[in-house]
Amino acid sequence: MSSTVFRGGVHPDYHKEITAAMAVTKMKVPEKVVIPLQQHIGAPCEPLESIEVGSQVKKGQKIADSKGFVSAPIHASVSGTITAIGPYNHPLGRPVQAVSIESDGEDIWDEQIKPAGDLEKLTPEQIRKIVREAGIVGLGGATFPAHVKLSPPPEKKIDIVIINGAECEPYLTADHRVMLENPEEIIFGLKVMIKALGAEKGVIGIEDNKSDAIRVMEQVISENDNISIARLHTKYPQGAEKMLIQVTTGRKVPAGGLPLDIGVVNHNVGTAVAITNAIREGKPLIERVLTVTGAGVNRPANLLVRVGTLVSEVLDSCGGLNDSTLKLIIGGPMMGLAQPSADIPVIKGTSGILALTDQDVYLAESSPCIRCAKCVDACPVLLLPTAIAQAAEHELFKRAEKLHAVDCFECGCCSYVCPSKIPLTQWIRIAKAEILKAKK
Amino acid sequence: MDKKMIVSSSPHIRTIESVQSVMTDVLIALFPVALMAVLLFGYRALVTMVISVATAMLVEALWLRKRDIYSDGSAAVTGLFFAMVLPPATPWWLVVVGSASAIIIGKQVFGGIGYNIFNPALVGRAIVVMSWGGYLVGRIWSVPQPFAFGFDVSTVTTATALASQEDALAISLSRLFIGNVPGCLGETSALALLIGASWLFYKGHIDWRIPVGFIGTVFIMGFLFGGGFYNNHLFTGLFHVLAGGVMLGALFMATDMVTSPITPRGKLIFGIGCGLITMLIRLWGTMPEGVTYGILIMNAVTPIIDNFTVPQQFGGVKKDA
Repeated sequence: MSSTVFRGGVHPDYHKEITAAMAVTKMKVPEKVVIPLQQHIGAPCEPLESIEVGSQVKKGQKIADSKGFVSAPIHASVSGTITAIGPYNHPLGRPVQAVSIESDGEDIWDEQIKPAGDLEKLTPEQIRKIVREAGIVGLGGATFPAHVKLSPPPEKKIDIVIINGAECEPYLTADHRVMLENPEEIIFGLKVMIKALGAEKGVIGIEDNKSDAIRVMEQVISENDNISIARLHTKYPQGAEKMLIQVTTGRKVPAGGLPLDIGVVNHNVGTAVAITNAIREGKPLIERVLTVTGAGVNRPANLLVRVGTLVSEVLDSCGGLNDSTLKLIIGGPMMGLAQPSADIPVIKGTSGILALTDQDVYLAESSPCIRCAKCVDACPVLLLPTAIAQAAEHELFKRAEKLHAVDCFECGCCSYVCPSKIPLTQWIRIAKAEILKAKK
Repeated sequence: MDKKMIVSSSPHIRTIESVQSVMTDVLIALFPVALMAVLLFGYRALVTMVISVATAMLVEALWLRKRDIYSDGSAAVTGLFFAMVLPPATPWWLVVVGSASAIIIGKQVFGGIGYNIFNPALVGRAIVVMSWGGYLVGRIWSVPQPFAFGFDVSTVTTATALASQEDALAISLSRLFIGNVPGCLGETSALALLIGASWLFYKGHIDWRIPVGFIGTVFIMGFLFGGGFYNNHLFTGLFHVLAGGVMLGALFMATDMVTSPITPRGKLIFGIGCGLITMLIRLWGTMPEGVTYGILIMNAVTPIIDNFTVPQQFGGVKKDA
């Protein structure tokens, strides 16, 4: 299937060759995990009543939940003893309540975990419940609870489910490996979603720099007529929801709207596999595939890691960081979050651990804007980044709002292309925060 | 791992392109134009360019009290552009005064790179034309002596093709395209300008909208109101595109990033405006050429154009303004 190309975007150095050919390996079960009670967009979870310091838990046992609809429960990722419940460093910046578990080395599954039965016999309502109870969130990094996306309001008819296999962030190869190694699980997960939503068809969008993944996925869908593969032009941010939907369906998500407004729901490939595991085996989301990469990592790898494993331990298992490392990033280099230290847990949304060196990181000062408009050409949502940044710099937030600052999804293309090295994305973030503050 | 890492807002990688690399690309793009100037007007053209570039870089370094004389490269670009809009016989002291004015009055008084409203090189030209017009307008144009490579230009002077219809008819369109005609150092050869500009297009430093808007408007106005000499109206339109400073202005001067709009629609409007004013001056004004003022006037309205041409955002719907 051919696709159109979205406007704007950039072509950074991808560096995917570092890990693209490396099969996913299981990281050994850590001796200790720290499981934050907020790993998703929405209401934070509270520990269940039975969960206190000293209590025993088994792998896959639910340890925290929330009454909020937009939320996802949290499960123990190892069997063992709870050693602490309290605030702990979190990849999103500020410390969050977390449950620390010391592994007993047994790694025993909770007895309640069992297959959900035949997909044919499950109702959409049952599917949503299984997905919710499994604590599944969007694994692309946004961590939006998956069951919410499978529960559109009745007046919104969903006809297309899109699986996001674009993986447009440089360096990351986790989704690429999942597509190569678990294609059948992705298709099954997609069928589950189609059924839950009553949709007509599924599309799997993959960037054309992953031809092997496209081939493998095409082989497993041959017998399905309502699932197709969209070969996507390699351009960042192809995996952004709005761009992905535009090139795969020709539909445009309205500004300020959601994909379900135009009959589309999309999920990451990893999310599809997690849903498959929940339906087939009853397994909750307690581990994920992530890429450990960058010139600062001594032995880059694609790893299957338990949620709650400390990043420092993951790095140790990859031979540690070398001395030239300047930045440690959770996620990719375009949208990931820089961390002051590795003393943070892997959470459900951790798609990569990236160590950049002095060769990769730009540290010089920015200079005045020369109005070259390269940011204007690069912006996939057709904003004027330099104008918004200038408004933000002068605290003219009304003007920033008129320039549609809130439509920015912070892909980072403007900052990336800027020859003056102005942190445009950062200024726009400030503008967005101030605009939202003023509305409250 | 005890070392604290650097924390900053994403994105964490940047393009290798810098202001210096962009400016250096502009200098590279001007190379064929400069080469043509030397082929046509001899080493005198080279001397003028060197004096202009050196003055611009030196004045800027002194003004900013910087040791790095090349720095971001923008002063060198301004200096070279200023040389490009001078007649071959321009005396050295006028080059120095004009180039220094371009940097100080055209650029630094506004706050330096990025903050100037008008194209600095054209500000420099406007200043010297007003002050020492005798060197820059009239029948002062040295006839080119291809491949003579002299340190002095021809004493035979004439008017440019734009001065009158007789002057125009003395020159064929193909000669105008190659550039073997009297004119400013950088403006005569459309061929060299196109070769140079193609580098800027290739590097993505200029957008098609300004040159197409500018040249297209000049062509249409010349076609409609040029009087139809050269046997037909099409050729008259083409004459107005190739004669004088339109090619240099449209490809290199109007596309100056700092002083032109940033919105796609704004760029087109800007280009059309430049062409319109140029032709109003040429056809009905008192001066033979209007490119300088066409661009300078449009420079002044650039902020207004940007304000009125904010693009519709992705998935946005038109609201009543």
